[in-house]
Amino acid sequence: MSGDNNSFVRKEMISERIPPTTERGLVKWVRENLFSSAFNAIMTFVSLWFIYSLVVAAAPWFLNGIWDAETVRECYDLLDGKSGACFAVLNERFPQLIYGFKYPSSEYWRPNLASVLLLVALAPILFRKLPRRLLAFSAVYPFLAFWLIWGGSILTSVSAFLGCVIAIVCYSRFSSRSFAIAVLISLIAANVWWIIGGYIVDLNDSILALKDVPSRDLGGFMLNLLLGTIAVCLSIPLGIALALGRQSDMPIIKWICVFFIEFIRGVPLITLLFVANVILAFFFPPGTSLDLILRVLIMMTFFNAAYIAEVVRGGLAALSKGQYEAADSIGLDYTQSMRFIILPQALKISIPGIVNVSVGMLKDTTLVSIISMFDLVGMIRGPILSSTDWNGVYWELFGAAAAIFFVICFSVSKYSQWLERQLETDRR
Amino acid sequence: MNTSELARRDKFQFSMLLNDKRYRSYTFQFFALFILICAMAYLGKNLLENLAAAGLNISYSFLGEPSGYDINQRLIEYNSQSTHLRASIVGVLNTLLVAFLGCIAATFFGVTAGILRLSNNWIVAKLMMIYVEIFRNVPVLIWILIIHSVFLAFLPQPKAFRGENPEATMLWDAFAFTGRGFYIPKPIFNDGSLIVIITFILSIIGVFAFRYYARQKLYSEGKLLETRWTSVAIFFIPTILIYFALGNPITLEYPELKGFNFKGGIHARGSLISLWFALSIYTGAFIAEVVRAGIQSVDKGQSEAAGALGMRPNFIMNLVILPQALRVIVPPLISFYLNITKNSSLALAVGYMDITGTLGGITLNQTGRAIEAVLLLMLFYLVISLSISAIMNVYNRSIMLKER
Repeated sequence: MSGDNNSFVRKEMISERIPPTTERGLVKWVRENLFSSAFNAIMTFVSLWFIYSLVVAAAPWFLNGIWDAETVRECYDLLDGKSGACFAVLNERFPQLIYGFKYPSSEYWRPNLASVLLLVALAPILFRKLPRRLLAFSAVYPFLAFWLIWGGSILTSVSAFLGCVIAIVCYSRFSSRSFAIAVLISLIAANVWWIIGGYIVDLNDSILALKDVPSRDLGGFMLNLLLGTIAVCLSIPLGIALALGRQSDMPIIKWICVFFIEFIRGVPLITLLFVANVILAFFFPPGTSLDLILRVLIMMTFFNAAYIAEVVRGGLAALSKGQYEAADSIGLDYTQSMRFIILPQALKISIPGIVNVSVGMLKDTTLVSIISMFDLVGMIRGPILSSTDWNGVYWELFGAAAAIFFVICFSVSKYSQWLERQLETDRR
Repeated sequence: MNTSELARRDKFQFSMLLNDKRYRSYTFQFFALFILICAMAYLGKNLLENLAAAGLNISYSFLGEPSGYDINQRLIEYNSQSTHLRASIVGVLNTLLVAFLGCIAATFFGVTAGILRLSNNWIVAKLMMIYVEIFRNVPVLIWILIIHSVFLAFLPQPKAFRGENPEATMLWDAFAFTGRGFYIPKPIFNDGSLIVIITFILSIIGVFAFRYYARQKLYSEGKLLETRWTSVAIFFIPTILIYFALGNPITLEYPELKGFNFKGGIHARGSLISLWFALSIYTGAFIAEVVRAGIQSVDKGQSEAAGALGMRPNFIMNLVILPQALRVIVPPLISFYLNITKNSSLALAVGYMDITGTLGGITLNQTGRAIEAVLLLMLFYLVISLSISAIMNVYNRSIMLKER
């Protein structure tokens, strides 16, 4: 009421006082994160000591590294008793590590181009924000890559591709009538085309022909990447089919799938590679000889498919029963309900698992070195380490191999985590 | 009219085999079986023709023939005159040995790293993250080869232990870590050692019986017995008493440097050691992630609720957190144990003679019996895998959440 109020009223807040030095900035962080208790302090010092001794041991080795030498002896001469790496081997044998020792050096551009295009083909599959039209290139890519890497006439790839197109066209024409009939007709049509196409290819095999590179000339990291990519791509559909078969209520089909999955998962990959190496040939008609790479691919696909089947089965089991019942109640048949209701959801859940299994597959491709194929590890253990020039340069070579695999596998697993978060937001 | 009448009314037609849900599954199964049998018959025919063409047959008689090769790392008596079967058994035991050791060490590495990754010490947590990522993302074969060459390069050769001022010394005069492998004391069992061992086993059983009794007592009468020190006492005292009463029946044979090499004691070859270490540190990285996930999966409210009930911290850990975390941890842990067993087949890369190296390696190459040898090899791994997954299923059922 009265205008002259003498009592003091503060109009503005007092600004916050700065916290004590021990409670702010770097000091606070160090106190909380490194020295919060006596035990923690000890752990911090142990870790620091560990890092220090690692750096002291490794730094001169890296810094003194020789990048330019012809042989390991020249390396040692240059080092002159100092501790140091002989990275020169990576320099000198780089093509061997990447392409193997038989791939013609004039043709290195082909695998290079194929691997760049691989990234382009993978992009629309990995990132759903990219335009869907790019998927067309992904569909063409396998045939293109085959032509690029193995060479020969482009007609082989074109004919194989056309066969697939014919199969898909037939399927979509007849799929409205019956799934089984559509599959049967498309299979027949494709095979008929492939037989006809085979003759056409044989007639003129010089159109756009690249230099033939037989499978046994493939090697190095290219072989790892090739085996890993193909096995993963082929095993995903097979794995989904096996998972569906295992869930099926038809006992015979179910038991075939269960037997297959459990058998493959029960044995180490190396025994399957033995099968590919020494046994599988016995099961083909007499007189035919199948590439070792092809045989290994068959076994690796089976191996990966069994693991993917288990991941997908987990995804199928994670769906609530209501989804299956809802699909039934709106009158969808088995194929439709799987295609439109169940699989989209189940696969979404199992994508991270599938990616993990596939990274494992890529890592496991190194096992082919044990059946004396010259992949990255096989090249190192075989031609490079046993050569008199580079005898005894273990660290640099295995370190480089480990680094290559680390970069790829780590980025794929980071991608998988990113994808998991993306899908998480979708479900909300 | 009910459904059975309806079913009787429409007559059976052939189109129903494909269009009627009741018959369609039989059609599919029939075709699946038919195709499977055809494929089997085709493959079998090819196999027989190929075998006939190569002049081979399927026979396991090679298992009874003398093997003619030596195995340096073995748990049972074996020489080059022993049969291929015995070589395979040596291999089986070697596989089981490295798998068993690997499981223990991998659990140790994994649990340590998993717990430390959750530490509130920033630098330790980051170090453990680096360990996990580096080991998970590089093929195990490369790790085995790298660690093998680390052992060869950094451990001293036996000759370094010689002389007045040796470059290397034995640990407590009992353990020698050399580039050729580890030498550790070997127990010698004299007369009466059997009694000591039996006493030891009985006291282990005694500990479990006592704990069971204590739990029953707790549930029925509400009395909490002291278990920790009593268990320790039951575990050690009878065995030690018997051991001294019988006059030291079990003695140790120490490795000694004789000439250029160590003699006596147990010699674990470098290949075994590096394979063991590589497998366990590689799998440990995976186990660390599982352990971390398991501990994080237990809701914080659980420990707060237990605290609100007035439980002491170690009771909270033992009775509330661990049982729930283990439910998440154990199933993947067992499948990692299985992975160690399967990955131990990579012993081939470092020359450790496990089953893959004996039966699938030298025996196969010497006899040329590829089909038989690989089949036996797969059978062995299958038996192990299936029995472990059977155990796992039993365990899973026993810890499954009891819901509705």
